[in-house]
Amino acid sequence: MAVASEQDNPAGLTREEPRAHSALRRLSGRALSLIASVVLTVFGLLVVTFFIGRVMPVDPLLAVVGDRAPEHVRAQAATELGLDLPLWRQFLRYLGEILQGDFGNSVLSGQPVLTDIARFFPATLELATAATLIGVCLGVPLGVLAATRHGQWPDQVIRVVALAGYSVPVFWLGLVGLLVFYAELGWVAGPGRIDVVYEYTIEPVIGLMLVDTLLAGDGAAFLDAFWHLVLPASVLGYLSLAYITRMTRSLMLAELGQEYVIAARVKGLPERLVIWRHVLGNIMVPLITTIALSYAYLLEGAVLTETVFAWPGLGLYITQSLFSADLTAVLGATIVIGLVFIGLNLLSDLLYTLVDPRAR
Amino acid sequence: MQRRTMLTAMALSVGVPATLAAGLGPAGAATPPDTLVIAKNIDDMITLDPAECFEFSGGEIVAQMYTRLVMLDPKDFSQLIGGVAESWEVLDDGGRLAFKIRPDLKFHSGNPVTAEDVAWSLQRVVILDKTPAFILTQFGWTADNVKEHVKATAPDRVELTLVNRFAPTLVLNALSAGVGSIVDSKLVLEHEADGDLGYGWLKNQSAGSGAFRLLAWKAKDAVALEANPDFYLGAPAIKRVIVRHIGEPATQLLLVEKGDADIARNLSPDQIAKLTASPDFKLLAQPKQSILYIGLNQKNPLLANPKVREALRWAVDYEGLVTNLLKGQWQVHQSFLGDGMFGALNDSPYRLDIEKAKALLAESGAGPELKITFDVPNTSPYIDIAQAIQGSFGQAGVTVELIQSDQKQVLTKYRARNHDMVLMYWSPDYLDPHSTTDYFANNPDNSDEGTAKTIAWRNAWDIPELSERAGEAALEIDPEAREQAYLDIQKEVQASGAYILMFQQVENSVLRANVSGYVSGPTFDTVTYAGVTKS
Repeated sequence: MAVASEQDNPAGLTREEPRAHSALRRLSGRALSLIASVVLTVFGLLVVTFFIGRVMPVDPLLAVVGDRAPEHVRAQAATELGLDLPLWRQFLRYLGEILQGDFGNSVLSGQPVLTDIARFFPATLELATAATLIGVCLGVPLGVLAATRHGQWPDQVIRVVALAGYSVPVFWLGLVGLLVFYAELGWVAGPGRIDVVYEYTIEPVIGLMLVDTLLAGDGAAFLDAFWHLVLPASVLGYLSLAYITRMTRSLMLAELGQEYVIAARVKGLPERLVIWRHVLGNIMVPLITTIALSYAYLLEGAVLTETVFAWPGLGLYITQSLFSADLTAVLGATIVIGLVFIGLNLLSDLLYTLVDPRAR
Repeated sequence: MQRRTMLTAMALSVGVPATLAAGLGPAGAATPPDTLVIAKNIDDMITLDPAECFEFSGGEIVAQMYTRLVMLDPKDFSQLIGGVAESWEVLDDGGRLAFKIRPDLKFHSGNPVTAEDVAWSLQRVVILDKTPAFILTQFGWTADNVKEHVKATAPDRVELTLVNRFAPTLVLNALSAGVGSIVDSKLVLEHEADGDLGYGWLKNQSAGSGAFRLLAWKAKDAVALEANPDFYLGAPAIKRVIVRHIGEPATQLLLVEKGDADIARNLSPDQIAKLTASPDFKLLAQPKQSILYIGLNQKNPLLANPKVREALRWAVDYEGLVTNLLKGQWQVHQSFLGDGMFGALNDSPYRLDIEKAKALLAESGAGPELKITFDVPNTSPYIDIAQAIQGSFGQAGVTVELIQSDQKQVLTKYRARNHDMVLMYWSPDYLDPHSTTDYFANNPDNSDEGTAKTIAWRNAWDIPELSERAGEAALEIDPEAREQAYLDIQKEVQASGAYILMFQQVENSVLRANVSGYVSGPTFDTVTYAGVTKS
């Protein structure tokens, strides 16, 4: 055996060494395929967005120089933006620029697209994170409650609540929320991220208003930012809650019929252990996917909510840029959203390995 | 136990904020007494450089930050008064204009306003040659010759020589537009990069001597202005103005209702009626020079038939639309110069008369099956107006197919002359009849290659004789003769033009009752914040 082993292993490596070696190889292989998939996804996104943007029946120069610009001014702007080149050369030129880290300037704000995104994305991130927290903290317990009380009144009530969250237009819900909780009751602050009194006294550091106000050491501004966030986050949180509740409920129901649940109950395990440890533990992988999808959806920017609440977020930025044919801004924001999706996918994968030993 | 765990989770997400709500709550509304907060849709703002700015929202802000060479009197917008120029004289039969610069005028930076600044600012507009530059380049100034024709001849004197002659009133009116803003050359040149005359820097800065200076502009979010204590007409009573971008009218309504905004600018008629029923609010209704019209493309043989055009003019329910739909936001006006403009024709001869329209269509020989497409921006009130017109045209026997698209898409199609009928909006570039006449009654080259894409060109209306008369009116020195020339042109366009001229805009702003001194004026850049006070 020893001889054979030496023959099979002429370099004299121990058994651990090839294992470590192959693990390293596996890891670098995974990293390479990950990088390749990120690059391909972003490239695909760019191609699709670029060509859709360019074939839209809107004159992109209207956004740049307006309707009344003389022809020579239009021609000059077209040359500066490369719009006089064939489509494929425009695309190559754009690719070349972004490879150098230059995402171009937004026509509408006159700022580099990255500067714009650095301002608009944190607003969306703050709102989406707060909404997802509300959605998860309420949605998962409600879904579990509905499943364990299947067919009884708590289940019926929760299903109606979730269905309403699905069916009520978020735009309408936002307006009614403002009317009741801001205009009538005065429980929350109005539209915008912070009161005008603080608007120009808080120096943006990371762009998250709650954090920036804390960093500035201004307690009153922090509370003001909090009260501005409560309502839009609750409205979007309700949307997220509706989705998470329904998914939790149906995943739980499918799992509750499994034999291991009956076995656990017959064995005399306390019900809380059966539900919260075994059943919930087993639906954790699809549930994480559900939550990640819901979060990613909100991170794209909730255009209607952002409009109603005058919340300067990414959704509003992309929509207005798209309507104005400001393609540079649309492309930049699309890349960010693509990266967010990829990031959340990776995060879900990481969480799978934590909650599911089979995935390790 | 299971229930307890769930309740704990719920308590964390609902209970904590609820407790905070009960215990602390947001600070009370109401804007600070020395701050004016305006809720407005400002998503069109792309630059604050007076040499480039040509958007409604941007123009309004630029007007607060810069003093122009000559200004329109906020008390009577038909009168010109001095701005940076204290006085002026017309020389060589209108070939030259000389301006005496107001002494002791200072920019926000503290630099004195000099004749050199005046000449440099006007030269900069021409050299940069951005969209609004045509207002000055029409006088024959180019990047090559402008320094020769626009120059400071003494520390307090600037002279302008016109290469292309125009009526002196027209020149002065043009200089009262945004391109006539006088810029702090010393400050701007400190920020010049690669000989760009500070273009890259001034986009989101201010370098003027107006009532306010720019504090910050966050695109699609807000603009903040700070009062200039040294303003030559006296320091503004309010110290700060914040124009918040609120795209949704319902949100504007709530903000002004609650006191988080002092003025709401884009409310619907119903929202205005609701607010103004209360003594806490007041309405400021100001007719603007903006015109709503239907363009009739003459490439379509049906619309090229004068009898058909005449018939269609009798098939619009002007009064009905104003009363039932537009409710004070537009008024009937059937000529292209708005009421209040020098030389405006205020006759409105057309009304809804379906029988007359039918008779004219029968006379036209256009046949029994009349079908037209109608391009319309997909926002309110344009869609509603178009649907009403579709209805009344249908009664007259003309089938209309509505094509709703985003406004820029409609404009793209219009500029390519690919429409039949289009619902469009017009606003003059400066307060002189030439600005509008040059678009509605001027089409020097009707070929598809024509470079002056005027409104007449877009509708393929070939009018060599009228174009010549429009040009002559711009040169007429005698005010009475000039006025008569514009009246005659409007009558002709009203009766036989490639348009159905329908309405003039009335801007309705709702102010909280404690706000006074806010001036709106006839164009987008005549809005004035300087006189605002809050009691």
